[in-house]
Amino acid sequence: MKRPSASLVAALLALAAAVASAGAQAQSDTIDEIQKYRQQLQDGNPAELWEARGEALWKQKRGPKNASLEACDLGKGPGVVKGAYAEMPRWFADADRVMDLETRLVHCMITLQGFTFAEATRRPYGAGSNRSDFESLAAWITSESKGVTMNVALGHAKEREAYQLGEKMFYFRGGSHDFACATCHGEDGKRIRLQDLPNLTRKAGAQLAYTTWPAYRVSQGELRTFQWRLYDCFRQQRFPELKFTSEASVALTTFLAHNANGAAFNAPAIKR
Amino acid sequence: MADPMRIRIAEKDGLVNVRILMSHEMETGQRKDSSGALVPAHFIRNVVATYQGRTVLSAQWGTAVAKNPFLEFSFKGGKKGEKVIVTWEDNKGDKRTDEATIS
Repeated sequence: MKRPSASLVAALLALAAAVASAGAQAQSDTIDEIQKYRQQLQDGNPAELWEARGEALWKQKRGPKNASLEACDLGKGPGVVKGAYAEMPRWFADADRVMDLETRLVHCMITLQGFTFAEATRRPYGAGSNRSDFESLAAWITSESKGVTMNVALGHAKEREAYQLGEKMFYFRGGSHDFACATCHGEDGKRIRLQDLPNLTRKAGAQLAYTTWPAYRVSQGELRTFQWRLYDCFRQQRFPELKFTSEASVALTTFLAHNANGAAFNAPAIKR
Repeated sequence: MADPMRIRIAEKDGLVNVRILMSHEMETGQRKDSSGALVPAHFIRNVVATYQGRTVLSAQWGTAVAKNPFLEFSFKGGKKGEKVIVTWEDNKGDKRTDEATIS
């Protein structure tokens, strides 16, 4: 067999390199363009509609006790909303458990407004005209933490316990697909179809992901909370249904929120 | 019935920039629900914006406009402190009017 000439090999290598760099160029262009598209959307983010509803809902007297949520303590004192989300989940003395925002809201709806647990958690996630109170309330409350530095301190033993449980769950493989959260979110550059997946085991990835939820999902026309994100991840990895406000849900949130510490909170955002 | 709009208006160098977010399902009438029945069309048909009684924008919309629509437009000659009134009406006769002050 005749050996190809050195110049031909060099030409082929150059061509291969050119094709490879063109491919990489096209991909980064696509990512840049998607980024631009998202920035344009940000200007008219419909999440603001949820924020307005949430603020009204917070002040509205409801339930058997005909009370508003304005006396609800989100961790910084009764009624203090500003910056509260950036320090959640946290341990609450009155309930003696670690709570994330939605869990705390359920607690306040029961204690302040007199709803039962079943009534309060009737609709965790909205669909069309069947809106979820939690999505509206979360939109408004989180918007009051925009720009605040994430600081989930883990000062209490139960908070550290929740963090460790969440970490264990993150790496736990199971279900019919033998999946863990880390299967998709443990390496750089992974994606599902065209969606880039954040590497949550790295600081930058965890920060970017956590600080941009809740978000308005253009493809669903709905505002979704962080609990919804976890709930849908569990569905996608064929895990048992993640129960709303469950210990598992709060623990995983604690793990991811603490990993996002130090970043400026930047939600409600807008996503595809 | 319908949720309020979010309207932000800013004046700069005589040009008034109006940005409006509307809360609406904007159903096309082409979608089917889980039982296979057609979801009836439900969309905003007319949008009118007025400044001091004069129409500064009049639009006729159809089903191609997205859910929870965002509308941005500019007009000349508006003054700070004055109001712009925006009204939409959908194909079921539902109406919503909101106003905002030029800042």
